[in-house]
Amino acid sequence: MATPYIGASIKRKEDYRFLTGAGNYTDDVALPGQTHAHFVRSPHAHAKIKSIKKDKALKAPGVVAIFTGDDLAGAKVNGLPCGWLITDVNGQPMKEPPHPCLAQGKARYVGDHVAIVIAETYPQARDAAELVKVDYEELPAVVRAAEARKNGAPVVHDIAPDNTCYVWGLGDRAAVDKAFSGAAHVTTLEFLNNRLVPNAIEPRAANATYSRADDSYTLYVANQNPHVERLLMTAFVLGLPEHKVRVVAPDVGGGFGSKIYLYAEDVVCTWASKQINRPVKWTADRSESFVSDAHGRDHVTRAELALDREGRFLAMRVTTTANMGAYLSTFASCIPTILYATLLAGQYTTPVIYAEVTAVFTNTAPVDAYRGAGRPEATYVVERLVETAAREMKMSPAEIRRRNFIKTFPYQTPVALLYDTGNYEATLAEALKIADVAGFQGRRADAARRGKLRGLGYSCYIEACGIAPSNVAGALGARAGLFEAGEVRVHPTGKVTVFTGSHSHGQGHETTFGQVVADRLGIPMEDIDIVHGDTGKILFGMGTYGSRSIAVGGTAIVKAVDKIVAKGKKIAAHLMEAAEADIEFKDGAFVVRGTDKKKAFAEVSLAAYVPHNYPLDKLEPGLNENAFYDPANFTFPAGSHICEVEVDPDTGTVSIVNFTAVDDFGKIINPMIVEGQVHGGLTQGIGQALTEGCHYDKESGQLVTGSYLDYCMPRADDVPAFKVGTKETPCTHNPLGVKGCGEAGAIGAPAAVMNALTDALGVRDIEMPATPQRIWRACQESKMKKAA
Amino acid sequence: MYSFSYQKAKTVADAAKVLAKDGDAKLLAGGQSLIAAMKLRLAHPSAVIDLGTIKELSGIKGDSKAVAIGAMTRHAEVASSAAVKKAIPALASLAGGIGDRMVRNMGTIGGSLANNDPAADYPAAVLALGATIVTNKRKIAADEFFKGMYETALQKGEIITSVSFPVPKRAAYMKFKNPASRYAIVGVFVADSGSGVRVAVTGAAPSVFRVAAMEKALAAKFAPESVANIAVPEKGLNSDLHAKADYRAHLVTVMAKRAVEAAMK
Repeated sequence: MATPYIGASIKRKEDYRFLTGAGNYTDDVALPGQTHAHFVRSPHAHAKIKSIKKDKALKAPGVVAIFTGDDLAGAKVNGLPCGWLITDVNGQPMKEPPHPCLAQGKARYVGDHVAIVIAETYPQARDAAELVKVDYEELPAVVRAAEARKNGAPVVHDIAPDNTCYVWGLGDRAAVDKAFSGAAHVTTLEFLNNRLVPNAIEPRAANATYSRADDSYTLYVANQNPHVERLLMTAFVLGLPEHKVRVVAPDVGGGFGSKIYLYAEDVVCTWASKQINRPVKWTADRSESFVSDAHGRDHVTRAELALDREGRFLAMRVTTTANMGAYLSTFASCIPTILYATLLAGQYTTPVIYAEVTAVFTNTAPVDAYRGAGRPEATYVVERLVETAAREMKMSPAEIRRRNFIKTFPYQTPVALLYDTGNYEATLAEALKIADVAGFQGRRADAARRGKLRGLGYSCYIEACGIAPSNVAGALGARAGLFEAGEVRVHPTGKVTVFTGSHSHGQGHETTFGQVVADRLGIPMEDIDIVHGDTGKILFGMGTYGSRSIAVGGTAIVKAVDKIVAKGKKIAAHLMEAAEADIEFKDGAFVVRGTDKKKAFAEVSLAAYVPHNYPLDKLEPGLNENAFYDPANFTFPAGSHICEVEVDPDTGTVSIVNFTAVDDFGKIINPMIVEGQVHGGLTQGIGQALTEGCHYDKESGQLVTGSYLDYCMPRADDVPAFKVGTKETPCTHNPLGVKGCGEAGAIGAPAAVMNALTDALGVRDIEMPATPQRIWRACQESKMKKAA
Repeated sequence: MYSFSYQKAKTVADAAKVLAKDGDAKLLAGGQSLIAAMKLRLAHPSAVIDLGTIKELSGIKGDSKAVAIGAMTRHAEVASSAAVKKAIPALASLAGGIGDRMVRNMGTIGGSLANNDPAADYPAAVLALGATIVTNKRKIAADEFFKGMYETALQKGEIITSVSFPVPKRAAYMKFKNPASRYAIVGVFVADSGSGVRVAVTGAAPSVFRVAAMEKALAAKFAPESVANIAVPEKGLNSDLHAKADYRAHLVTVMAKRAVEAAMK
């Protein structure tokens, strides 16, 4: 057999088409009779819609149709659903205000969708949209989480007069309070976890078409999970038969979570395509993306850690207010709860933890999962607390962590999760070595001689990937399953097409999954194609989010491959007149154990499709298998990040001089792809820490950071050449031993950067993003403190 | 973008004639501000008059006394010009730090000056070096040219044809970039002509301005410590999410100090 594919840094198969302009994105799809849509959006954060006049716009050149909320209500189009029911501390269900696909009566954030204008060309639609006269009565707006529940705050939804969606708790509150009362030391921090705008390079887009011939729809959409999109849209919003709607998510240029959700634009284009009996295409421009994509993070948190005299963690208490935005996006409710509070044990044996999360409505864009989704926020809480505690207790940040690491597995945390495996001491030891922590004091002294401030910060994160199993998630409020499906179709010549419910929008699945199947079947990768992103081709799928693709989607494929091999053994046994039990599958051939008799994979597949010499009485012809896989548990990637920064106190400029990440992703299929994912994640994490801050004006509710002039995406020169390493403790409950790697960088990095920065400046906290202005102010304050 | 008519001007006179007739027409130089504003529907010119094919507007001429740069000369050309690098290296380096590579390949000195964006780089060089702006009608001294935010001394139908920079004894430009846009939050150009020192600040206020106290101190002694304790007043400075006025005022001093250091190298 050739070199094993698993573990090899094979160049990405899909890159040829991406790099040569042969990719096929939603906006590239041009259908006969194509029309183009533009959405009229609210310029106000909060306003009553008194009337909408569309007569003038309807007469504009090229206009085909204009629809408003009244049209949708008349057609009984429902609002967008939320996929996770959270039950509050009093046992009451969360408040679920209606989320109309086109505003009805009120606009609740700048960018809220008010009407769709459809024309022959996009510029015509845009021109006409300016002629749609919406009479708004402006209302006061509330944009900040901390202010949403104050007395007299503007009310976003009548059904939640205190702007509260839910107050939810996890953990043993009484035990935590008791542990705190007996603690030798308590570390307390209050901070914000800044709101982020996802900024996938391809904006959201939808192109919907209706066929009169068979009363069916096809929706091309930039989306991470086409089957979920279809299920939510047909069953909850449009009331269409599911089998009459095909959703295709072709090449998609990045998602980071923002394309998981069912958005209003997707629904409205689909509905409108039947009304006008022509395809309707909409592609967001960048300004539109800023105001209308679901944002990420936006927490206000108070966190406390109780320790004994030796620095052992006794208890943790966390109170968080999470900004949901104006409406509940598809998975908004589970992010600051199920995916946040459950991670607060981190890598440590903290015996008792209590977290209380209040989710609030504000006049801002909806907030939902964004790379890491809850887990970066949790890691930020835990790792900032731990590092601050170490400083307060004059312990080394490495030692306080080692003293509290979980060392035996499986480990049941006090916040519901059961970690299957890990080796936190090993990743930390390796990171300390790579980062040359031993030489730091020398480098710090050298920087001081140059008038610069150096700091070192750690972050030992844990994440939970491949959210599962479905029944447990269901008990916690999930309104969907969390399995994955795969199908392996062996063609008569032994070539293979694999259909996966996972979706690749930058992750490189066509390569990684190809490597897995090639190894399992012992055939060349060139003989395998991976197909994804089309409900018309793929049996089912839950899509890609939460770093679940290899652990859940990859396992579903492996299970289907195992069925292929099992059936192949039966066929081979028949062909070689041997007992099935004596057949083994090795290096791409079925061999009669202990003999030189064998049949190549392609010979067996040919026999399955040309069944002349075939046990037809016992076995169906053909070689095509599918599998659904519902994991027994989450997977738990973990790692240690160490960041070293240098600050110029005169200007407040910070540069990251070193960043080390040692991760345990379990078994790694393609190290090059994994390293790419780590680099991207770290860059986004550094972006959150230093550059990206979504800012709504407090009074007007306008999005101030609505373009790249003001919203700072991290650029290549903002990040160093990363030093990365890996340690492998294979996942114990999936056959590949894989854990997932897509979000780790974004989860671990913010705390590492901010710990380094506060170390450099000798301050307790700086608000993220730590821009030069904020750092300069912190330098001024610490200078004044020293002087005093 | 709204619809507009597009025409290529063959000569400067040609362009001036169209401008005189149509008050809503706009000149297109490098288009790095205008096209973006049009795409956002913030600008809606009736006509766009492209100066791109007027040959005599492009090019760099220089001797030991002065460097003349045609209005349509791209930032990248200024940055890589041997003549500019030799005579006024600070100007070449300023041009090489404008925007990004794509902006530098399209953007022009004339377009930048006529637009007079408060955070643009060129105004600092023009004012500090005491350059002369040559138009189709007259010559305008730098001190007379910049009138306020996006405002200049240019009259209706007046088109910049070139900019003439006297060669200084030493000069340097230091810019503190907005992390997002990479425009100047504060940019300080210091020029020592041999007979006097001029310090011009861009980015910090609605329009480029000179700092008399720094100029006086540097004329007495051209050294970083001369400006280290001179602060510009916060009043009248720009204040936004990225930099409040006090921070900008502080950065003016830091950038001035660093510019002097660089000029002395």
